[in-house]
This record gives sequence, structure tokens and C-alpha cells, in this order.
Amino acid sequence: MYTPSFLEQLYRTLYTIRVFETRCIQLYRQGLIVGYFHPYLGEEAIASGACAALRDDDYIISTHRGHGHCIARGGVGANDYSPLRKMVAEVLGREDGYCHGRGGSMHIADVTRGNIGANGIVGGGIPIGTGAALGIRIRGSDQVVAVFFSDGAANNGVFPESLNMAAIWDLPVVFVLENNQYAVASPIEEMTRVPDLYERGLAYGVPSSAVDGNDVLAVYQKMQEAVATCRQGKGPVLIEAKTYRHGGHHVNDPGLYMPKDRLEHYKARDPVGIGRKYLLEQGQQTEEALRSIEQEVDRQMEEAIAFATDSPHPSAEEFLEEVQRS
Amino acid sequence: MSAMATPVSAPPARVIMYREALNEALREEMIRDARVFLIGGGIAQRGGSYKVTVGLLDQFGPKRVIDAPISESSFTGMGVGAAITGMRPVVEILFVDFTSLIMDQIVNQAAKYRFMSGGKGRVPLVLRTQGGSGGSLAAQHSQSLEAWFYHVPGLKLVMPSTPYDAKGLLKTAIRDDDPVIFIEHKLLYMEKGPVPEQEYTIDFGVGAIRRPGKDVTIVAWSGMVGRALAAAAKLAEQGIDAEVIDPRTLVPLDKEMILASVRKTERLVIVQEAVRRGGVASDIASLVQQEAFDYLDAPIAIVAGKNTPIPFNAHLERAAVPQEGDIIAAAKRCLYLS
Ligand SMILES: Cc1ncc(C[n+]2csc(CCOP(=O)(O)OP(=O)(O)O)c2C)c(N)n1
Ligand SMILES: [Mg+2]
Repeated sequence: MYTPSFLEQLYRTLYTIRVFETRCIQLYRQGLIVGYFHPYLGEEAIASGACAALRDDDYIISTHRGHGHCIARGGVGANDYSPLRKMVAEVLGREDGYCHGRGGSMHIADVTRGNIGANGIVGGGIPIGTGAALGIRIRGSDQVVAVFFSDGAANNGVFPESLNMAAIWDLPVVFVLENNQYAVASPIEEMTRVPDLYERGLAYGVPSSAVDGNDVLAVYQKMQEAVATCRQGKGPVLIEAKTYRHGGHHVNDPGLYMPKDRLEHYKARDPVGIGRKYLLEQGQQTEEALRSIEQEVDRQMEEAIAFATDSPHPSAEEFLEEVQRS
Repeated sequence: MSAMATPVSAPPARVIMYREALNEALREEMIRDARVFLIGGGIAQRGGSYKVTVGLLDQFGPKRVIDAPISESSFTGMGVGAAITGMRPVVEILFVDFTSLIMDQIVNQAAKYRFMSGGKGRVPLVLRTQGGSGGSLAAQHSQSLEAWFYHVPGLKLVMPSTPYDAKGLLKTAIRDDDPVIFIEHKLLYMEKGPVPEQEYTIDFGVGAIRRPGKDVTIVAWSGMVGRALAAAAKLAEQGIDAEVIDPRTLVPLDKEMILASVRKTERLVIVQEAVRRGGVASDIASLVQQEAFDYLDAPIAIVAGKNTPIPFNAHLERAAVPQEGDIIAAAKRCLYLS
């Protein structure tokens, strides 16, 4: 089945996203992070599983809830936690961040790693990712694009339009619909008659199915099949990953409208816990080995915070000079 | 005809927040006219991101206070259709930045319908939205895009800077038979100001002299009015008496009030948060130089946002938009004091 090192890498990604979000929320409360901050807590398995099925030369495009995608795609590995440092520096608005403090949480991008970027416009990334796939088809390569978006974005016109064009032109794009069942506070049942959103893909002749978005291996398998389909020129594919946020829409939303029993149900199916169990059981790792991975990530996160808080604010003079030249 | 923020004859007013004033305007107009309804994202159950629509769902029910999916282009177009056929929709777009998604419905449809139908069709639609920087919301949630709407014939454009104006102008907007773009400022929602108990409306095209003065005219709107007044207070300490004018509506524009002031002070500073290029300030400057050229004793100064997307980092964000010091410096340049 899966090698222990593969399962370990999956778990490291899951756990890194969890720690990143948890610590950043604390930094937010301390006033070190400002503006909008949308945690990916509870949805870690989708980015971790999906990105693990991609090659280095593939692309992803993300959303306002994008930290998980950026970390998973950034490829935080046993020897390289520099993506984590650049993430923290960017959400703190510092010079050493991914975007030199100009983008912030909602606009993290790293084109050099095939991460086209997060987006502050709901649905904004869907056609852009589809366009990256159009380019791939014109170039004749076998790269693939993963377009991440959520249920709210699925109700924007860009989704059906992009889905249809991807379908008629057989584009190598995997639409990864993270159905966390809310758009801010709007519950999915009130925003559509058909909450099984993958069914929309079927109407466009696109292979579409749902997967447990809290199960990292289930997501990985689904994604692997989808990616293989796309590489054979038989894309697009739509995957609806069912999941649930562990809290409100953003750090300042207590999410009181989320029914307690539903929240508890999903928290009991915690994606990080599930990934941990895979590594213990299928990966046959000891509790001790897992704890040492966790301690390493914890330590790297503290180093990333130190790195970011030491990083200077971008220079206003340089910024104004840039503006002058533009 | 100069109108002060609060009529001198008015009885003592309560002090309420900008967002509360907007809420009152919506509530009163919905009571007054059963054709008025609200549609937007998160406005009903949640009461809006800035709490402007709080309580309206309870009072008027889900048929008239509608939470829409994130389908901006279509629900705005639905507003246009409902307006043409007898309703009075108030469509809310959470950030002016997202009006890019609805531009066809506003620019090609709402703005032109009256004209194209030979005057037979009307579109009594209000688009309520919110703009401006401040708060590190970054490049897609911080823009000042009023020039887009200013440019399009067929639209009225309202940008209130006080709770009093917010209420009176929103009521007028809802009663207007043509499409009105109503742009609030995100930093003003919690600002407090006097608002009378009794009903009032404010006519479009009537500016307000926020501070009378004789040495230099400063024109500013929306979030920049407060900054212009703060600058004027500092200038006063240095013996410079600035007159601050808030046009309140950019279309129609109270040109006469600005011209009368310039004829008096002979110097003009125009302040806009929006980027300099292609902005409303440039257009006001061109109107003034055309009609009051002989009165001007110095080139018209424009203090505007830099030609850049708004950065996330708070220091850069501040550097990108006009600050008090920039307004003071511009006024002194007009007086050849710098
Ligand atoms: C075009 C647009 N409309 C509205 C918003 C405001 N907004 C930000 S996030 C959000 C909810 C998005 O819901 P969904 O797509 O399900 O993503 P999730 O937050 O669940 O990840 C909304 C309405 C926006 N940013 N862009
Ligand atoms: Mg969602």
C-alpha cells in the first residue's frame, strides 16, 4: 500500500497546516496579524491529499481560505521549512514574506512553485485556473491544474461557465470543490436545492463524484485518479470534498450559527487525527516517532514566527519609488 | 445656496452612528413604500458585514430582506428587472471592489435603460456599496472606485461622509426614479454624529460647507472629509483659514458651491482617496479652471491616492493614500508658503 515515508509526509503537511493556523490565530489575537484571516482548520486533508497527487510542474490556484493550499503546495518537507517562514512573514506583512508584505493572507502566491495564488474575490480563481489548463493544452504538455474553491463560489457564474468550457475543450483541470457547507454564515441548504454539488458536473458531461474531505487518503486517491484522467487528455474532473470548518468564517466570526452537534460530528472526524492514525497503523510508526515529527513542526513554526517578527516592514520609500516608476 | 451639515433651525438631534443612520433610512423607506426590498450577500440573517441591515429581516421578513448566493452579477440584474417592473430594490454589494462583477448590469443595462427606451422605462434601483482603505484589507478590498460610476451617463453617485448625510441621502436615493450608486466608507460606519428624530431627506446636488474659511478651498468627499477638516484645524493654528467643502453627491455635482468658494479664496485643493489617474478630482479641476480661471491665484492642487493597488502592509497602505500632512502641504503650496 502506502510507504511509511509517504504517509509521514502527508501527516507532516496536515500537522503543519494545523499548527500554522492555530499559532497565527494567537498572533492575530495579540495584534501581530491584522486584516482578514480565514483559517483552514478542519479542511486540512483536502489540500494535503490533493497536492500530494500533483507533480512539481503542475499548478494550483487557491482562495481566500488559502493557507492550507499554499503550505501543501509549498512542499514543507523534513529538510525545508522555508515555505513556512515565508508564509508567516507574509501574513505579518513583512519584507521576507512571499509577496514582500504587499499581498497578505488573501493574496499569497508563488508562481515559481506553480501556486498561481490565493484570491480575495470569491470564484475569481476558477476561470484563471481553467485558463492555465487551456495554456497547457495549447502547449501540448501533460501538466494538470488543481482549482480549489468552495460551495459559495460554486454559485457564482464563473463556475458553470468555466466548467463548460473546460468540458468542451477537454482541459486538464481538476475542480476541487471544498464543500464546507457554508459561505460565510449562509448554509448550503439555503443556497441550493441540491447540496450534493458534484451533481452539477454531471450535467456538463464532466466525471464528478464526492469524497470524504476529512480523510486525507480518500482525497489523495480520488485526486490521483482525477489527475491521471487529465494527463490522458480526458479532463476535466470535478471532485466534491465534503468537509466542515472548525470555527467561524474568519478569526473574528465566532460561528455561533453552526449547529453544535454538526460541529462536534466533524471535529470527531478530525482530518489531522485521521492522518495521524494512518501513519500509526498503516505506516506502523510508534507514538514516539509521531511525537518527534510534531515537535519538529512545532519548533519550526516557532522559528518561522521569530523569523517573521525579525523581518523588517517593507520600506515605504522603496514602495513609493516603485509606484513612481509604474 | 450653501447647506450646512445640520440645518440651524433643527431641534436638538440624537447622536448615532453612520451605520445606524443607514439602518434607519432603510427601515423608514421600507415602512413608507412596500415596493422597497433589499437583496445582497449576508444582509438578512447576519445583518450585513458592517451591521447596516441588522433587524430588518425580523421586521420585514425574508421576502423583502433577501440573502442571496454569491451570484452578484445575476442578483444585480434581477434588481434591474424588478426595478423596471415596479419595485424599488436596494442591492448591496459588500465591497465596491466587487462591483467589477456587476458592471454589465449597471453600465450597459441600468444606466442606459431610461435613455434607450425613449424615457418610457425607469430603473429606480439603489446600489449600496462600500469602499476605501484602512484596516489592511489589501488590494481587492480597499479600493476607491467612484470614478468608474462618475464616468457613466445615466447614473447618480452619492458618497456621504456623516451620519446625517448618510440617512438623508439614502432616503432620497430610494425615492429617486433612476439608478443611484451609493458608496459608503468602511472607516465611517462607527463614526457618530447628530441625526434628528424627525424625518428629513437631502436633495442631490447640494454640497455642504463643513468649515467656512477665506484663504483656500479644500474639496473632499467620503472618508477624506474628516482628514481635510483635521488638516484645516492645523492650518488654522498657522493662521491659514481654509474652507472645506463636501459635495456629498458627485453626480449631480454642486459646481456652484465650489465655484463660489474658489471665487472667494482664489485657491483650490481637491482631495480624493482614489488613485490620481483618471479620477473625479481631475474632472473637478478641469471644470473650475474652465469657469473660474481668472480667479485662481495658484495652480489647482490635487491630493490623491498613489497610482497603485492598495498594499496589505499598514505602513505601505498609509503611504498609498492622502494623509493630513499631504493636505496641509498642498494648501500651503497654493498659498506659496512652502
Ligand atoms: C465576489 C465576492 N463576493 C463576496 C465576497 C465576500 N466573501 C468573502 S468569503 C465569502 C464566502 C465564500 O464562501 P465559499 O466560497 O463557500 O468559501 P469558504 O469561505 O467556505 O471557504 C464571501 C461571501 C467576496 N470576497 N467576493
Ligand atoms: Mg464554503
